Amino acid sequence: MYQNLSPSRRAYEITARVLLYLCSGLTCVLLLFLIGYIFYKGVPGISWSFLTTAESVLNDTVGILPAIINTLYVIVISLIIVLPLGVGGAIYLTEYARNRRLVEIIEFATETLAGIPSIIYALVGNIIFCVSLQLGKTLIAGSLTLVIMTLPTIIRTTQESLKTVPQSYREGSLGLGSGKWHMIRTVVLPSSVDGIVTGCILAVGRIVGESAILMYTVSVSTMMQDFSTIENFLKSSGATLTVALYVYAKERADFAVAFSIATILLILTVVINLAASLAGKKLKR
Amino acid sequence: MAEPTILKAEGLDLFYGDHQALKSISMDIPEHEITALIGPSGCGKSTFLKTINRMNDLVPGVTIKGKITYHGQDIYSPGLDVTWLRKRIGMVFQKPNPFPMSIFDNVAYGPRTHGVRSKKKLDEIVEQSLRSAAIWDEVKDRLKSSALSLSGGQQQRLCIARALAVEPDVLLMDEATSALDPISTSKIEDLSTELKRNYTIVMVTHNMQQAARIADKTAFFLLGELVEFNDTVQMFSKPRDKRTEDYITGRFG
Ligand SMILES: Nc1ncnc2c1ncn2[C@@H]1O[C@H](COP(=O)(O)OP(=O)(O)OP(=O)(O)O)[C@@H](O)[C@H]1O
Ligand SMILES: [Mg+2]
Repeated sequence: MYQNLSPSRRAYEITARVLLYLCSGLTCVLLLFLIGYIFYKGVPGISWSFLTTAESVLNDTVGILPAIINTLYVIVISLIIVLPLGVGGAIYLTEYARNRRLVEIIEFATETLAGIPSIIYALVGNIIFCVSLQLGKTLIAGSLTLVIMTLPTIIRTTQESLKTVPQSYREGSLGLGSGKWHMIRTVVLPSSVDGIVTGCILAVGRIVGESAILMYTVSVSTMMQDFSTIENFLKSSGATLTVALYVYAKERADFAVAFSIATILLILTVVINLAASLAGKKLKR
Repeated sequence: MAEPTILKAEGLDLFYGDHQALKSISMDIPEHEITALIGPSGCGKSTFLKTINRMNDLVPGVTIKGKITYHGQDIYSPGLDVTWLRKRIGMVFQKPNPFPMSIFDNVAYGPRTHGVRSKKKLDEIVEQSLRSAAIWDEVKDRLKSSALSLSGGQQQRLCIARALAVEPDVLLMDEATSALDPISTSKIEDLSTELKRNYTIVMVTHNMQQAARIADKTAFFLLGELVEFNDTVQMFSKPRDKRTEDYITGRFG
């Protein structure tokens, strides 16, 4: 395909092509190696009882059920709070707010907040929720801190997708005599579900991978928590998967268990992303 | 005998920020007739059309002075319900803008918005509206498929059907045929003459022949001013203003 180019142009094209192949090849190899290595080290340690029991010092068995439950706890609670807040805020900013200047300032702030290191959220969360609001180091305090961390992401991705909805849809709907909220609910939101789901996936990804916040606002207990009453539910506190991974690797130097947890984390992330994009497709119809 | 006036503009000024887009427009639009708005690009035709159903409310920084009345009622008076007004005064936009939903849901959108729930009633309205918009035969077998799969001309007729489905009183059409092929255009023109029995139509057009063919009255706008407003036949045979004559004979600017 390079026959009709001059020799120097041809050498240039071929070099560029080879370099690009190398880059993508290297990326794939690295990624596969990483995943392969984690699975190789981690899969042997995974068993039914590993997934479905808590650790027992008496029997000398390891189990990560509490960590799995705690992880799901923070994901679900954070999303339940952050979704209405973030989507609602984004709708206000893009559809209702009239003061352009204020909107620009808020947008700049969310953009900045989306990029700051999570350890800062961890400190603030600890001071506000654990200490000032006297929630102590609990899963609830952790979830609330995660809400603050993911809020900017949700607002931004939702706003971006609201902005891609053509103005002509809004005019069409209002021109038929719809009220503003009716127009948003029936025309704008259905067209921007994709973006909202993307925001959720990003948020869940950040929550699953988060460790600093959870170490500052939740305890590192690997014991089974009691969720039987509302009071216990609010007071429960224990390590999520990432924190458990840290505990096993760093404090107990048990790398086999740490790798098994890493494997579960990888699988969990994939499952959640698949579920979210499926849900998005369903909602769209 | 002249038809009664349904819409009346009195000394209407409109500003986008400091830019004056309409200058003291006074105009009586008769009921059950087709009124065409013509004039060079940027003269304020769309702006005038959009003040009639208050779509200009969506544009930040618009100020309006003067008055427009609909059946004698000031449409910019504070107590007026804008959604009611827009239900009564429907609009078809320059670019076809069907919603990304099925053909059926597009037409049913308006009635649903205004509280029609019964499936049977909706079926009736949808069929009736699609028939009135001369598109029923083309889509009756695929009401469930996406409106975006239709051709441009079909989409525009679908938008007309969607506007008719809320049973408006006045239909505003902003260059509804400018992007269409001659066959779709003539279908929409026939449709307009058909519709004026039940509706009042105000249409913007760049096509002088179209105005001459179907409009009962024609208004000529220039730089935000209403230069001449008269019976179409009068206007095209004996324009009163030199500028109108220059424009319709193509000797303009
Ligand atoms: N949203 C807006 N903000 C500011 N100025 C506007 C806006 N819309 C229209 N204008 C200005 O108002 C004037 C009239 O515009 P309008 O769209 O009514 O023209 P028109 O007669 O419909 O032209 P065309 O035939 O090209 O559609 C133009 O000078 C235009 O630049
Ligand atoms: Mg226009």
